[in-house]
Amino acid sequence: MAAGVAIQPMEQFELHHALGHFGASVNFTQANLFMVAGTGLMLALLHYGARPAAIIPGRLQAAAEMLYAFIHDMAVDQIGEEGKRFFPFVFTIFAFVLMGNLLGLVPFSFAYTSHIAVTGALALLVITIATAVALREHGLHFFSYFLPAGVPLFLAPLIVPIEVISYLSRPVSLSVRLFANMMAGHVMMVVFATFVVMMGSAGGIGLIGGAFPVALNVALFGFELLVAGLQAYVFAILTCIYLHDAVHLH
Amino acid sequence: MGGTDNSFEDRLAAARARQGMNTPADAAGAKAPAGGGFAGVALRSGVEFASAVAVAVGIGFFLDRWLGTRPAFTIGFALLGWVAGLLNVRRAIVGMTTPPDRGTKG
Repeated sequence: MAAGVAIQPMEQFELHHALGHFGASVNFTQANLFMVAGTGLMLALLHYGARPAAIIPGRLQAAAEMLYAFIHDMAVDQIGEEGKRFFPFVFTIFAFVLMGNLLGLVPFSFAYTSHIAVTGALALLVITIATAVALREHGLHFFSYFLPAGVPLFLAPLIVPIEVISYLSRPVSLSVRLFANMMAGHVMMVVFATFVVMMGSAGGIGLIGGAFPVALNVALFGFELLVAGLQAYVFAILTCIYLHDAVHLH
Repeated sequence: MGGTDNSFEDRLAAARARQGMNTPADAAGAKAPAGGGFAGVALRSGVEFASAVAVAVGIGFFLDRWLGTRPAFTIGFALLGWVAGLLNVRRAIVGMTTPPDRGTKG
């Protein structure tokens, strides 16, 4: 490798203690720090956005209102009228994921949604709540979910395990999708950024060639902005769909 | 809402449908799979499929270890997981929004 530069795309995901001695003593990492920061930013946006309560909203108020209306409509569209009950939950999940994705794109920050421990915990929370809702709404009738209507009974030994596996795979796919998207994007950006350094340190023609990975990274950054929003949206809409299934069963 | 509101809502919905402004059930659903276009759908499908197989093999593996029937359950559940994965993919593609006639067709 030129000038000892090595591509270390995974280094960025290592956890370190934040906040000096305090962080080290209570095991408070930069991931936790950015979770707090993301939550704080979202609360600040909603608080200061809602405060003017103007009929013609300013930019901040418009942003807060659009975010609110977007998730509210999504919840009602997907789940139905009952969706209003779950709106706070869906909004919280969406805001937390969105903030993690977006904050992770700020230089020197950390994308906490790029850890499967975080996305897995979120997905388990969603599935647990959806299952609890289904059990409360329908009681033991919930288990009829695993045998779709109209299926001949002799097929039950085959269909039921398949449906159960399909149900159990939801938290896996939900968490892996978000985690993989975020991690892949950040890895790619580091890889191309390292190319720039390698080209540059090679000197001569490398100084010109280094412009290409820079250009690519600029494009990649725009793409990552899209992914950040899209994955938060996908996570929220799938949460809605699972809640819809929980409320309506089929 | 009162009766008049309702009829207004109905007429509005009818007018919107006439103008092709919304196809009610699919309005939100059409947006979702469009994210990332073909690649997005492909990646989503891959995750859906793989997660079902992974879960199934995991269940089979632990059943085998528990009952001491080494390959039997792992193989059986791998096949079931394969089917469940295909089912997941079908559901993901048919529509993220309307899990419509679950299973009656598939």
